[in-house]
Amino acid sequence: MEAKTLVLGVIGADVHAVGNKILEIAFTEAGFNVVNLGVLVSQKEFVEAALETDADAIMVSSLYGHGEIDVRGLREALIEAGIGDILMYIGGYLVVGNQDWPEVEAKFKELGFDRVYPPSTLPEDVIPTLRKDLGM
Amino acid sequence: MILVDIGSTFTKVTAVDTGQASILAQSSAPTTIQDVSMGLHTALWGLGFSEEELQQARKLACSSAAGGLRMVAIGLVQDLTAKAAKLAALGAGARVLNTYSFQLTEADREEIAELKPDIILLAGGTDGGNTENILHNAKVLASLPDPVPVVIAGNRSVASEVASCFPEAFSTYIAPNVMPQIGKLQVDPAREVIRKVFMEKIIHAKGLDKAERWIDGIFMPTPAAVLHAGQLLSQGTAKQKGWGDLLIVDVGGATTDVHSLGRGLPTQAGVVVRGLPEPFAKRTVEGDLGVRVSVLSLLEAVGTAVLSQETNWPEVEVEARAELLHNQPDTLPQSREEALFDQVLARQAVKHGVSRHVGSLSELYTPAGLVWVQEGKDLSKVQTVIGTGGVLVKGADPLAVLEGAGRQNDAPLELRPQAPNYYLDGDYIMAAAGLLSREEPEAAFTILTNSLSSHKLVGRDQ
Repeated sequence: MEAKTLVLGVIGADVHAVGNKILEIAFTEAGFNVVNLGVLVSQKEFVEAALETDADAIMVSSLYGHGEIDVRGLREALIEAGIGDILMYIGGYLVVGNQDWPEVEAKFKELGFDRVYPPSTLPEDVIPTLRKDLGM
Repeated sequence: MILVDIGSTFTKVTAVDTGQASILAQSSAPTTIQDVSMGLHTALWGLGFSEEELQQARKLACSSAAGGLRMVAIGLVQDLTAKAAKLAALGAGARVLNTYSFQLTEADREEIAELKPDIILLAGGTDGGNTENILHNAKVLASLPDPVPVVIAGNRSVASEVASCFPEAFSTYIAPNVMPQIGKLQVDPAREVIRKVFMEKIIHAKGLDKAERWIDGIFMPTPAAVLHAGQLLSQGTAKQKGWGDLLIVDVGGATTDVHSLGRGLPTQAGVVVRGLPEPFAKRTVEGDLGVRVSVLSLLEAVGTAVLSQETNWPEVEVEARAELLHNQPDTLPQSREEALFDQVLARQAVKHGVSRHVGSLSELYTPAGLVWVQEGKDLSKVQTVIGTGGVLVKGADPLAVLEGAGRQNDAPLELRPQAPNYYLDGDYIMAAAGLLSREEPEAAFTILTNSLSSHKLVGRDQ
């Protein structure tokens, strides 16, 4: 079976590079074809990379608390580009301070994410779910 | 060995002694577009050799006559594969008539039919990525009324399927993907395929093969030869050390060409690079920056007020002169003032052409503090800027024009050369050296460096 393609990146004015590298290694080792856009990635870059690579999922990281404003409209942009049904995950420090997790999760699901992960989630917790969601 | 450049107006020939690595003789004659062999013959005889000597010498040629190599570049996303395709076509020495992205429409097809490109470069999708778009575009192009050679350099998973969309009258060539992965550019193999198609098909289609009675072959478009020369000069040879990163500027009546050789990585700490990586050998062509045919669009890009200030001419006179130069491109300056006007035009063309070629910095405030973001190539530490082409070489003060490539007080964030040395291609040797470099790199390097070193431009205050 052909490897599934993931577009990975840290969105917005966020320069946290270490977690991004760890995710790239973990997903690659798990057999995915990883297109890592690195840090400081705009919505446009996520959409365009997913288009050119015919990606199966978009994996967004946000680690500086401003994720909500950065991702607003990303699902709509994907719909405009004709790939609106692509699987989309997000994880990291999505909001500032200790906010109630179920509320945060609900907020990001409403913004168009299929899965939302809190801080300190390990790649091995995500990979089985990702495989299932991709029908692997 | 004799090196020939069949230009749009002049056919220039240079005889070199490859053993001694020296120029023996140079000559030129107006290009005869009906039958280029006539102008070539005149230029060759001008060298002063006997018929036997002429016949025995190996003769390599490049050409920009008959409109040069006219191409259309097509990709999927404008900033990704479409941009990569455009960079590949430019690097092959083409004039890119238009670049298309996403799915071609019927209107696009009609436009391409009108443009009548010599070659179409069809890209789209990374390897293993999107297939739908390039297949759609191939089907649209397959119904063009006149068959065109098509170079396919997109998603390799469907390359042969894309080729099979075209009827037999179209010749198709498969090249490696110009963008095999996001963020990875691979333009050199496609450039080489384009060069081969130029040699095998386009020379004949343009009637330039009449010249092949006299020469061993037209191997590439002239701009590609200039880029080859830049590459040789930058990287050196097995025995001789190159000059490192450099910039080449060619101002013409219709366009301004800028070539850079260098990786363009950040030269300062704390800079994050964004956007598509750019090729080591990068060429850009500005179709709106020229000092004759394109002078009106140059005026628009620069602003009449700026030209008025630089020339000390009232705005109405600036506009009137530009109108005249546009309508009568053969106009030569008749006075000191008119010559100065040409010089200001050329300097602005260089300034704006380089501005669009080089990368730039922008500041970004993040919660982690200020971050500098670099887009494009950082050429600020480039030590060598070379001017080539008639406008610069024949101009009264080429240094004043070329300094438009250097540091500009009004553009501090543009990553242009900050303190380079300036050289002039005073012997018109760049294209010849580029041709020669394919067979005799050591001799080509010596000839090129000797010629440029003898045309180093030094300011009055230095």
